[in-house]
Amino acid sequence: MRTITYRDALREAIREEMLRDERVFIMGEDIAGYGGTYAVTKGLYEEFGEKRVRDTPLAEEVITGVAIGAALGGLRPIMELMTINFSLLASDLLVNSAAKMRYMFGGQPAVPFVVRMPSGGGAQRAAQHSQLFETWYAHVPGLKVVMPATPYDVKGMLKSAVRDPDPVLFIEHELLYNVKGEMPDEEDEYTVPLDRGEVKRPGQDITIITFSRMLHLSLQAAEDLAKEGIEAEVIDLRSIRPIDIDLLVDSVKKTNRVVIAEEGWKYYGTGQGLAALIYENAFDYMDAPIQHVTGADVPMPYSKVLERAALPKKSDIVNAAKAIVPAALVRK
Amino acid sequence: MAISNATLAGLTRTELLEMHYKMALIRRFEEKSAEEYTRGRIGGFMHLYIGQEAVGVGSITALRPDDKVLCSYREHGHALAKGMDPGAVMAELFGKVTGCSKGKGGSMHMWSNELGLYGGNAIVAAQLPIAAGVAFAAKYQGQDTVIACYFGDGAVDEGAFHESLNLASVWKLPVVYVCENNQYSMGMAVGKAWAVDSLLPRAEAYNMPGDQVEGMDVIAVYESMKQAVERARDNEGPTLLEIKTYRFRGHSMTDPAYYRTREEEQQWRTTRDPIGIFEKKLLDNGLATQSEFNDNDARATQVSEDAAEFAENSPDPSLDELYTDVMADNSTALTSRYERK
Repeated sequence: MRTITYRDALREAIREEMLRDERVFIMGEDIAGYGGTYAVTKGLYEEFGEKRVRDTPLAEEVITGVAIGAALGGLRPIMELMTINFSLLASDLLVNSAAKMRYMFGGQPAVPFVVRMPSGGGAQRAAQHSQLFETWYAHVPGLKVVMPATPYDVKGMLKSAVRDPDPVLFIEHELLYNVKGEMPDEEDEYTVPLDRGEVKRPGQDITIITFSRMLHLSLQAAEDLAKEGIEAEVIDLRSIRPIDIDLLVDSVKKTNRVVIAEEGWKYYGTGQGLAALIYENAFDYMDAPIQHVTGADVPMPYSKVLERAALPKKSDIVNAAKAIVPAALVRK
Repeated sequence: MAISNATLAGLTRTELLEMHYKMALIRRFEEKSAEEYTRGRIGGFMHLYIGQEAVGVGSITALRPDDKVLCSYREHGHALAKGMDPGAVMAELFGKVTGCSKGKGGSMHMWSNELGLYGGNAIVAAQLPIAAGVAFAAKYQGQDTVIACYFGDGAVDEGAFHESLNLASVWKLPVVYVCENNQYSMGMAVGKAWAVDSLLPRAEAYNMPGDQVEGMDVIAVYESMKQAVERARDNEGPTLLEIKTYRFRGHSMTDPAYYRTREEEQQWRTTRDPIGIFEKKLLDNGLATQSEFNDNDARATQVSEDAAEFAENSPDPSLDELYTDVMADNSTALTSRYERK
């Protein structure tokens, strides 16, 4: 075992897949000479050269088109969008082309490529650089959308994404790049599936369903709750589409109570979609209404004070959990 | 009448007659499609290629069979020119399972891996960035295939046009961008949409050769395309062609074309018909006879009739097809995992 950062885990995954498969190449804005805006691709240009590590103009639409076309032509592209906020410029090709081609052409084309993009707020980057948008893409049949939160998961899931036969939107979080985690030694290869969540902390009193950066806050909240006699089960979705609904339902059957914790906006989003699925599939097991912790329903402000107020906090999760665990259930 | 052994633009008599047949096939096929649309056998949007036959046939004749073609939603003609079975095209229009996209795409979404027909796109200009990617893959893998990307004058107004031409030029990709300027983007006259009156300055802006071509002359189209394809195959990078043409019908089947006069349409149909112009050229050069044209036309008519009969007699897709082809492994598609439990 060793400990590395989320950023280094991503780089290891890309490097290993490039070494494994000649068809894998990476492209994006400032990923080569500059080494990537968040330094994820640092050193890869030096190792693999211009053919396989390609800087592009600031043109999200053609970057996406090249990824789709190169996938059609037999390659395995990994494209980086500098942030998910810029993905709206690429979204036509993601939604109208990548997601549709296999289906509308009767199963003939395959479009295997990966879109890597950082997301999220918390670094005072203001309204146009602090969004998540996973829910926009997860709405669309034909796409896979994943948001791993730990170094172990990002490496294993990125490797799976590169090998996957369909388009995968791989959404990272800007505040996680320096987070460290335990990893197997470099020679011990592993992958993590793209369609399975994971129980990151078992518990029997309440289920906290979360993903991306909010996983870390949820785990801290669970520790606080434990001190008060409430054992929370923390589920990391990891994949937003498809959703591992069986994992959620099994947990709800055990705990009968749910908090959904996400960083994004509340309305019509991932959490509300999850709540609907849980009510559809496990209503009879529910002892309390689902509690939903989200970011504030505003464009992200710049001010440090206001931004802090806009983002969900550990205490929000703790309070949401306590609101639906009856006192009688709390072990003193 | 004596038949000369002479060639035209380096094409043999057999090749020239094949081009004539394909133009006649597209014309008759599209007429048949219009008839079936009116009968209610074909639904949705349908955009006919009548009037533009010289563009698809002339340019695709300049390609190798393993070269790839990407199109807009007006792509029946390109599919036929690339060699697709007319029955499979018509069955797709009918939404039948024997269609080239299993009935899931329709008029605007035709595909064949074998023929290198990489799709009709119903988002204007979407094919331009994708074509750059297919060209990149060819270059990356050291293949000498060329990618031909077709679009209308309306696509030039989209940002994707500019992003794609720029990247194709910077990366020197083996792609030929073929603008079929049929004078109208739906109802918008090109003169009102373009800041310049030709694509030549735009080609220059992206540092690639451009050519403006008389699109009603199939030989002129062929010769210009041939040069562009050779450049691409010799790793000299992309070319932008502006092929001036005219669609004889409305934008789609539901367009009465109020934005242009009947006189203008009549003028094009009677004096600039690409099939008539080609026939005259072949006759003037002693390369074919009227009876050969008649034979081609009769065959084209029969093949179109047969295609419609095949489509009519083909089965609908089974309802199981609703949930197939969403993902490679459909067990990972949400619908099949949860909705159908």
